[in-house]
Amino acid sequence: MDLSLSTRTVGDRTVVEVGGEIDVYTAPKLREQLVELVNDGNFHLVVDMEGVDFLDSTGLGVLVGGLKRVRAHEGSLRLVCNQERILKIFRITGLTKVFPIHTTVEEAVAATD
Amino acid sequence: MATVELRFSALPEHVRTARLVAAAVARRAGVDEAVLDEVRLAVGEACSRAVGLHQISGVTAPVKVALIEEEKQFSIEVGDEAPHAAPGGDTPGVQDGDADVEEDEMGLAVISGLVDDVEVTTGQNGGLIRMTWPTAPPAAALA
Repeated sequence: MDLSLSTRTVGDRTVVEVGGEIDVYTAPKLREQLVELVNDGNFHLVVDMEGVDFLDSTGLGVLVGGLKRVRAHEGSLRLVCNQERILKIFRITGLTKVFPIHTTVEEAVAATD
Repeated sequence: MATVELRFSALPEHVRTARLVAAAVARRAGVDEAVLDEVRLAVGEACSRAVGLHQISGVTAPVKVALIEEEKQFSIEVGDEAPHAAPGGDTPGVQDGDADVEEDEMGLAVISGLVDDVEVTTGQNGGLIRMTWPTAPPAAALA
């Protein structure tokens, strides 16, 4: 399965809905999308990973890169994920401490630091 | 004895194929269903790393994956032909590769977090990652 991406605006947040597999082949598309959003002035991102079937370290690298970019503009990058097999990858790499991870888009959109 | 061997050009689009084949062979070999996700991820990480190393070093040789079914265990070997630097040494041509090096290390971090039995060997002529999982023989699975 390939990667699918769609974005929508909810209040001052931009929700990026990701579906399919994020790996060494598809991760560049996600990177481009995040870079474009930040360049267009969207600094508060919510990445909805509920439709993601597979995530590897290349995908993690892209998310960390996105976080760096939004933080440079005092923005935020929140994740939505309930899938144990995806959450496990964040845990073994220690990235659960880096990303706020929410169970629903609504919760992520409403969250403030 | 290797049951299945794969060789693929060092291109990102082929890594998914390697994952699918590895998971299919692992399932047939009797690797626990609950562990197949880990097998898929680990072999993907090893192949992505090999593809990256070949591309950085301009190696045109294919990446090799051996899926080895043995008694009570299943192993996957992912071999690259990229020249590896000695620890702490310089590798010509990768001075600008900081980001790639970080991703490489993250890939290895994921592999070592996922797989209990993993060996990484590197030499002048390339590297090899060998990962092993226990298998349940069909007879025991039925009992």
